[in-house]
Amino acid sequence: MASLKELKGRINSVKSTQKITKAKQMVAAAKLRKAQAGAEAARPYATRMASVMASIAGKVAGNDGAPKLFTGTGKDQVYLLVVATSDKGLCGAFNSNIVKAAKLKAASLAAEGKTVLFYLVGRKGRAPLIREWPKAILHYYDTSEVREPGYAEAEKIAGELVGYYDEGKFDVAHLFFSTFKNALTQDPTEQQIIPVPAPKVEVTATAGAAVEYEPDEDEILAELLPRYLKTQLFGALLENQASEQGASMTAMDNATRNAGELIQKLTIQYNRSRQAAITTELIEIIAGAEAL
Amino acid sequence: MSLHFELVTPARLVRSEDVYMVVVPGGEGDFGVLVGHAPVMSTIRDDGALMVYKTEGAAPEEIRVRGGFAEVGDKGLTVLAEHVEG
Repeated sequence: MASLKELKGRINSVKSTQKITKAKQMVAAAKLRKAQAGAEAARPYATRMASVMASIAGKVAGNDGAPKLFTGTGKDQVYLLVVATSDKGLCGAFNSNIVKAAKLKAASLAAEGKTVLFYLVGRKGRAPLIREWPKAILHYYDTSEVREPGYAEAEKIAGELVGYYDEGKFDVAHLFFSTFKNALTQDPTEQQIIPVPAPKVEVTATAGAAVEYEPDEDEILAELLPRYLKTQLFGALLENQASEQGASMTAMDNATRNAGELIQKLTIQYNRSRQAAITTELIEIIAGAEAL
Repeated sequence: MSLHFELVTPARLVRSEDVYMVVVPGGEGDFGVLVGHAPVMSTIRDDGALMVYKTEGAAPEEIRVRGGFAEVGDKGLTVLAEHVEG
């Protein structure tokens, strides 16, 4: 049986842990609202971009002159897995779920005899992937110095990816991130980003009319593809942020509740041993008095 | 009848309003868009500025965009821009 002093110390330590988890939970709740608003605000651009892409992609599909970003290199030997994780912990299984999905994919690709490379975004995915694939890390993009990865980061990442692609470093790129469903569920998601898949959007009524392209379709497509890639990366970063905060909120809520339960248990134990100590003392006094 | 004009950036929907006319600095030359314009998709020059005429004869409002793309359809004019200045 732990001594009274020890129990008191433990209760206090759990209490201060609870304070931290509670604070983190509230911060996550506030940030989640912001992240959701950000994701909401980015939606109009993404949907319009997708519909423009869909209508142009449909036109260009059969052409030989279509850009490589769209048609692919003609091979699928080297796969680049772009893994986007967060920079901070305290968010439950959020990061490990993403990493797990990426590892599964990497293992299955390696089993097929493909070459796997990684492009990492965010600090938390780095350690586990480097441990398992020390030679396959193509690049690590550091986001820990910016408060919230935004469009500027998406632009830089897309630029680097296109650069690597043009150098012929990889043939196919898949992006791993977490889709935000609600504060309780975040789904690790895999998405092909290069070659750019034609978005599946219902072709709008304008498709019937003859649309004039200035300059021609191929040039517009060549211009739009990198931009579309940026939009997708930006969307993924936003989803990741919302997911991270959601996961953090849930995890911290659980942690706070567990800490509360533990405090209750320890307090009961503390009171029992205190009472036991008093009883023993009383018995000693009474026994002493009787002996007189 | 007026033209529905939307200006969208990745971060937000900047404008969504009915205007009289917008002059777009397209990749191959400026063109004015009034209501009922034929469907067009065009890139936007980075050194140009969108001229938005709220009403007929009104002084135009200038909006500079970078990495822009204009689409004219049934629903009006939609400009997708990576950056909006000012």
